[in-house]
Amino acid sequence: MSILIIPAILSGMMMGAVYALVALGLTLIYGVLHIINFTHGSLLMLALYVVYFLNFHLGLDPYWVIPFVLPLFFVVGYCLQRGLIAPMSGGSEQNVLLITLAISLMIDNLALYFWTSNTRSVDIAYAYDTVEIFGALLPFGRVVAFVVALAAAPLVWAFMAFTRTGSAIRAVAIEKRGAELVGIDVNHTYAICFGIGTACVALAACLLLPTFYVTPQVGYTFVLVAFTTVVLGGMGSLPGALLAGLLLGIIESLCGLFLGESLGQIGIFLAFILILFFKPSGLFGKRAGA
Amino acid sequence: MRFQSLGQYGLVLFALVYLAGVYFVSSPVWMGFTINALIVALAALSWNITGGFGGLSSFGHAALYGTGAYASAILQVKYGFNAWIGFGAGIAAGAAMGALIGGLAFRYGLKGSYFALVTLAFAEVLRICASSFEWTGGGSGLQLKLMPGIAQLQIVDRPWVYTGLLVVVAVVMLLTALIQKSRFGAYLIAIRENEDAAEALGINTYQIKVQAMAISGAFGGLAGVLYLQLWLFIDSTVVYGSAVSVEALIGPIIGGAGTVWGPLLGTLGLHLLGEGTKHLLPNSPGLNFVLYAVVLICALRFLPQGLVGFAARIGVLRKKDQDDA
Repeated sequence: MSILIIPAILSGMMMGAVYALVALGLTLIYGVLHIINFTHGSLLMLALYVVYFLNFHLGLDPYWVIPFVLPLFFVVGYCLQRGLIAPMSGGSEQNVLLITLAISLMIDNLALYFWTSNTRSVDIAYAYDTVEIFGALLPFGRVVAFVVALAAAPLVWAFMAFTRTGSAIRAVAIEKRGAELVGIDVNHTYAICFGIGTACVALAACLLLPTFYVTPQVGYTFVLVAFTTVVLGGMGSLPGALLAGLLLGIIESLCGLFLGESLGQIGIFLAFILILFFKPSGLFGKRAGA
Repeated sequence: MRFQSLGQYGLVLFALVYLAGVYFVSSPVWMGFTINALIVALAALSWNITGGFGGLSSFGHAALYGTGAYASAILQVKYGFNAWIGFGAGIAAGAAMGALIGGLAFRYGLKGSYFALVTLAFAEVLRICASSFEWTGGGSGLQLKLMPGIAQLQIVDRPWVYTGLLVVVAVVMLLTALIQKSRFGAYLIAIRENEDAAEALGINTYQIKVQAMAISGAFGGLAGVLYLQLWLFIDSTVVYGSAVSVEALIGPIIGGAGTVWGPLLGTLGLHLLGEGTKHLLPNSPGLNFVLYAVVLICALRFLPQGLVGFAARIGVLRKKDQDDA
C-alpha cells in the first residue's frame, strides 16, 4: 500500500504548495484589511487566461511571463481595492463580502461570455517531463511550482518584516487609526496589500498553467480551497497558510486515492467544516470566532 | 403589512399589475419566464427569513433548496412514492437540513463571514456528494417519470402552474408577514440588531436562530420541490450549484432584506432586467449574471435598504413602524 501512499502524499504536497501560494495572498488581505475576498479565485482565473493567451498568441513560456504578469496583477489588485471595493462598500464587513462576491460573479461571467466554457491548456515541450523523487514520478511542472511557491512565501514574509512599506502594512493591520495618526496613508496601504495578494495569485497562475487547465469556473474551486487553507492556517497567518496549504494538498490527494478521484475535494470541504466548528482560530490564529 | 408611503404602494401595485398582466399577454415565453422567477422568489423568501430578519447572511442556500429537491426526487424515483409525499418530505428535509446546518454552526458561535463560509462549504459538500453517489443519480441526475395530472403534482397547463405558484408565493409571503408580527420575529430582529443585548434580555438566541434556519429550510425545500415538479429533472449543479445560492441572496438584498415584499420585488426586477438583456443580446450566456452583479454593487452603495426602503422615502404617509411593509 505504501507504494501508492508515498507518491500520493508527494503529489499532494506539490499541489498543496500552489494552494498555499493562493492562500498566502488571501490571508494577507484578510490579515490587513479584515475582509474575506471572494474575487481571489476569479483573479486567479483571469491570470490563468492572461498567461494562456500570452502563450497561445505570442508563444511565451508561462514561466518567463512572471516578471510581466506579476506587476500587471499588482496594479489590477491595487485599482480594484482603491477604485471599487473601498468606495462601494462604505466600510461594512457584510457589504465588502457581498461586493467581492458580486465582482467575482462579474469577472467569471464576463470570462464565460468572451472565452466560452471550453477547457483550455497550454501545449509546451516539458509538459510531460517527470522527475523521480523517492521512487515517485512527479510532473516537472508541479515540482517547479512546489519549489517556487515555497520560495515565494519567505520573500513575502521578508518584505513585510524588513521594508518600510511592510512596516506600514503591519501597522495598519494592528491599529488602523493609530497608523493614520502617524501619517500612514491607510487607503494606499490597503490597496498595496490587496495588490500584493493579487500578485501572489498571478504567480500561482504562472506556476499552475503548465500542468493545469483553465475554464471560467476554475476560480470558484480554488477560492473555496483557499478559504479552507486560510481558516485552517489561522486567518492572517503567513506560516499558517503555508503549512495548511501543504496539509490540504495531502488530504485531497489521499481522499482521491481512497475514495475515488471525484471525491478528492470532499476531504478539503469536510476539513473546512470541521475546522470552522472546532477551531475557527486555526493552527496559528490569534483571534477566534467572528 | 401596512405601507408607509405612496412609493411602496406604487411598487407593490406595479408588481401586482405585472403578475396579473401575465395572464392577459398570451405569450408562453413571458409566462415561462415569470414561473421561473417565482420559484427563485421562493428561494429568496427563504433566504430572507435568516438573512433578512435574522441578519444571518447565508452564502449556501442551495444546500436547503437542493436537499428539498433531492429528497422528493429520491423518494419518487428510487422508491416509487407519490409526488405529494415527496412534496411533504422535501419540505421536511429542507427544514431538517436548515436545522442541522444552523444547529452546528450556531453551537460553535459562528456568525458574520464565518457563517457565510460554512454554509457555502455545506452546499459544496452536498453538491459533490450528490454528483458522486449512485443513490442520488450521480453525474446524470434524477429524472421523474412523466405522469401528468394533479395526483402526481405534474401540471401541464401553464396558466394553472402559474396560478399555483402565485398561491404558494402568496402563502409564503403571508407566513413571512405573520413571522414578522410574531414574538418569534421580534426576537429574530432583536438578534440581528444586537445579539448580546438580545441574549442579556433573556432571549434564547441559539434556539431562535436554529428555528429560523429550520423555517428558512422549509421554504427553501419547498422551492426545490416545486422546481423538480416543474422540470421533472434535477442534477447536482442545477439544485446545489452556487448560482442558486447567489440568486437566493441577490433578490432580497436588492428588493429589501427583512421585508415581506422585498424578495419578490427584487427577484422580479432582476429577472425582468436579465430577460431584457437576453432579448437585446441573444446568445450571451452569463451576461444576466454580470448585470445582476452590477445591480447588486449599486444597490449596496446607493440603496442600503433595497427597493422597499427606497420607496419608503417617496411620498411618506406615516412616520412610525419602520419595519412594516
